[in-house]
Amino acid sequence: MSNSTHFRYEVLRVLRNRVFYATTLALPLVLFFGVASGQRHATFNGTSFPLYFMTAMAVYGAMFAAVGPGARIARDISGGWTRQLSITPLRARTDLTAKVVSAYLLVLPTLLLLYLAGVSLGVRLAAGQWLAMTGLILVGLVPFVVIGFVVGYLMPVDALTPALGGIVVLFSLFGGVYGFELAKSGFLFEVMRALPSYWLVQAGKSVTQGGGGWPGQAWLVIAAWTILLVPVAGLAYRRNAARA
Amino acid sequence: MVTGTGPDGGIVLSQLSKSYGAVRAVRSLDLVIAPGETVALLGPNGAGKTTTIDMMLGLTRPDHGTISVFGLPPAKAVQAGWVGGMLQTGSPLDHLRVRELVALTASYYPAPLGVDDVLNLTGADAFAGQWTTKLSGGQAQRVRFATALVGDPDLLVLDEPTAGIDVGGRRDFWRSMRDIAGQGKTVVFATHYLEEADAYADRIVLVANGAVVADGPATEIKAQAASRTIRATLPDADGAALRALPGVRAADRHGDTIILSCSDADAALRALLGTFPGVRDIEVRGGSLEEAFLELTAETSDAVDVMEVAR
Repeated sequence: MSNSTHFRYEVLRVLRNRVFYATTLALPLVLFFGVASGQRHATFNGTSFPLYFMTAMAVYGAMFAAVGPGARIARDISGGWTRQLSITPLRARTDLTAKVVSAYLLVLPTLLLLYLAGVSLGVRLAAGQWLAMTGLILVGLVPFVVIGFVVGYLMPVDALTPALGGIVVLFSLFGGVYGFELAKSGFLFEVMRALPSYWLVQAGKSVTQGGGGWPGQAWLVIAAWTILLVPVAGLAYRRNAARA
Repeated sequence: MVTGTGPDGGIVLSQLSKSYGAVRAVRSLDLVIAPGETVALLGPNGAGKTTTIDMMLGLTRPDHGTISVFGLPPAKAVQAGWVGGMLQTGSPLDHLRVRELVALTASYYPAPLGVDDVLNLTGADAFAGQWTTKLSGGQAQRVRFATALVGDPDLLVLDEPTAGIDVGGRRDFWRSMRDIAGQGKTVVFATHYLEEADAYADRIVLVANGAVVADGPATEIKAQAASRTIRATLPDADGAALRALPGVRAADRHGDTIILSCSDADAALRALLGTFPGVRDIEVRGGSLEEAFLELTAETSDAVDVMEVAR
């Protein structure tokens, strides 16, 4: 089956890009230990700081992994591979699917590493809670995968790394990923709560409290970002195809 | 299921036009290619060869006109795995080795050739373990050729396959190419090397200014090129009168110099001397393929006259 070969090589390309995955895996881990080691017993927003910051850093690395396909799309376009691929029987859809799946394959070890780091600083969750949190994060990353597509199709390859990095950093800052929240109430707070990154960070807290999951607003925010971004990605894809 | 006519249908380009802004890259181009033919699209840079090829591959949509590849629109023929292409630009996929890239490409096609066979055939076996981003120009060209070939397509489309390759590399390339064309594949290649078109194509299609200016077997184009040229100084010559001389196929004027392309240079010379006694500095030369090429593809409006007379 042709798709499995394509998929295998797409994963191989991710794994061979050592700088990229080392950064994606290592940076959140270093930040986690650097910040959380001294605050093992602190609480933050009604939950333990290590749990909060473990989730935040897991999400941080996962967001970088999720926008990763965008970088590969831009490289494929600039190198002419996208054109070469479009004169083979492989469908563009298959290529995109492989990129998404390979991105999620990089997300999983990122999460796992941060979970282990969290456990080492005393985070304890039930098996069901770990799984539920992972599920929420995987869903919440969907808008970031789509953002990667949009940027990958529209940006020249040399502007791509700062663009994608900047986007992740901004979402992180406003989403409370860095261990502090910009506002506790008011307009800015409402803006924060309209970002998928905010709810991603809340995934850890959400599974340990109340109904064991996100409130309705979180699902709404994730769905809205996805529904709004997918047509934009479609336009970006077509714009690029027309330019080829 | 794919429902084209299969290879028997050949390739039909009819009234093909494509503009980029004000630039008319291809103008009402007509071309029919029979299955199994090896056709060279020969022309200078900017003649519209690459645009034509991109449209044949479904990469570019024509503004007007239609293309049928074995009875299907290009994109469908590509999806069916009937087409292999070697594009002029493009570095191969990064983070892969040569063998992996060829195997990956093979996996896209319903009935690919053996990866090792293709590596051997294209001479890429010597560096099959090399990273695709660390190849010399000649190596990258072999890899591109291997990826075009590995799907075992009925139609091979090669856009300037030997551009930037040294003479030895070119010879090797065409040697492999000839083996493959011998297997009944239809091959269309663009080139601006006359020798290549002459040596390796069954048929040469001369393209200039986005249109076909001459089309025929290589021998026919060469016969046309075997005409003689008369150069002379003749101030205030009347182009129409020169063209009307017996044996003259085309007349061109640069200042006081006239250039007559002749089908019968002897008759033309006698008539020239009789009609224009003032003519001097007369020079008669055998036309080279090079000259015919330049003449046929010249971008002046005179070139259009040349062709109209030539027909």
